[in-house]
Amino acid sequence: MATYSINDFRTGLKVMLDGDPCNIVENELVKPGKGQAFNRVKLRNLTTGRVWERTFRSNESLEGADVVDRDMEYLYTDGEFWHFMDPDTFDQFAADQKAVADAAKWLREQDKCVVTLFNNAPLVITPPNHVELEVVQTDPGLKGDTAQGGTKPATLSTGAVVKVPLFMNEGDVVRVDTRTGEYLGRANS
Amino acid sequence: MSNSEYLPSCSPALIEARANLYRNIRDFFYARHVLEVDMPLLASHFVTDPFIQPIVADDTGCTRYLQSSPEYAMKRLLAAQPRCIYSLGKVFRAAETSRRHNPEFTMLEWYRLGLDDHQLMAEVAELVQSVLPDVAVHYLSYHQWFASNLGINPHTCELAELRRVGKTLIEIDDTGLTCDDWLDLLVTHRLEPQMPAGLTFIYDYPASQAALAKILPDKTGTLVARRFEAFLNGMELANGYWELTDPQEQRRRFAADQKRRRDLGLPDIAADPKLLAALEAGLPDCAGVALGVDRLLMQLTGTRDIAHTLAFAADRV
Repeated sequence: MATYSINDFRTGLKVMLDGDPCNIVENELVKPGKGQAFNRVKLRNLTTGRVWERTFRSNESLEGADVVDRDMEYLYTDGEFWHFMDPDTFDQFAADQKAVADAAKWLREQDKCVVTLFNNAPLVITPPNHVELEVVQTDPGLKGDTAQGGTKPATLSTGAVVKVPLFMNEGDVVRVDTRTGEYLGRANS
Repeated sequence: MSNSEYLPSCSPALIEARANLYRNIRDFFYARHVLEVDMPLLASHFVTDPFIQPIVADDTGCTRYLQSSPEYAMKRLLAAQPRCIYSLGKVFRAAETSRRHNPEFTMLEWYRLGLDDHQLMAEVAELVQSVLPDVAVHYLSYHQWFASNLGINPHTCELAELRRVGKTLIEIDDTGLTCDDWLDLLVTHRLEPQMPAGLTFIYDYPASQAALAKILPDKTGTLVARRFEAFLNGMELANGYWELTDPQEQRRRFAADQKRRRDLGLPDIAADPKLLAALEAGLPDCAGVALGVDRLLMQLTGTRDIAHTLAFAADRV
């Protein structure tokens, strides 16, 4: 992998720091009066998700991280691993619980996801921003309830539980934002 | 190339605000009988300061340095023709691009005969107040600044103590960091962001950060540099000295800079013999200050990125 000097740091560049792959969030040159230049760099640790600030001297450099984002299709889970396939190359990748994390509850077979590969192994799974999933369990809505007003929990086909309007029934398909877990509306299907 | 790349970096209002600011500055000095002088941008020598890197020009095989400040030329002029002078023009520094830096920027530099650093601070305040009439002005010694915010005496503090305090506030690989590096880091990471609104002068810098200022004992007998910096709403705006006039001391400072450059693996920069000759001939007792005009314009117009004060910033030239 290439080595990047601190002055080359741009938002989105992936580098290795303390053994973990990191994404550069922000890089600001600070240069006090008559002193040497430093760079205050904000990085997101791609393994832990934590954002932290590190200060570097301008002559320091870091090794690039072999991290790529690829669009893949979710195939199935065997209980231990979640399997994905690149639809162009047919390469298959198995992601563990740590990589899939919260994304697991949004994954429906054949849906497209972004698989972040680190050294050719899945590091992070990002589900689509919006998914359409069937309600498999929810209490019946009370008669007379309309679009406005209260919500109730509903379990979706992938196992996620979201708050839906009282008028939604089992078998309905809902549109959900996976970043917030919010109900967006009834799907047109 | 996309069609929008020919466009300027800033709005028509900023172009006009800059022109007005230049006129205000020139009026300010005209009223005070300070003469505008025009100094060369291409010169045979460059500052030895280890933390200012030159942009080097080549005139048919003859090396010329784009000047990072008109200081040496102005001091040579002062030695030969003593009178109060100012320069308003471009200066150049390699590898400095950020929200607050552009590799070429506009510097206002002026020298006042017979004034010391404190009298010059008062004049800097008057200049800023001439364009920002309601600005509050604060004065704080470098020692008070560190003592009140961090409980440290910056003039006597040992490296181990600075490292201990610094490490709790700043994540950095501290191999090879000096006391001055730590003091600077505490300034940029901790003290600058906590500055009060308005114009703040920090004076009596550590002797190790004297640059071209006189070093004299303060009230407690501690040797301090008679150097000051002005910060406007937490952003560094100006750097001033009660000027060093002693040629022997100037030679020692050049040599110390050159040693530091070698230690850091930076290219050698020759001491300017013409500046030394001017000091030998006699630089009149004076105070001088350099002020970043683009940064003043940022504060006047509430602009967060220096690029938006420039007709064409570094990414558009």
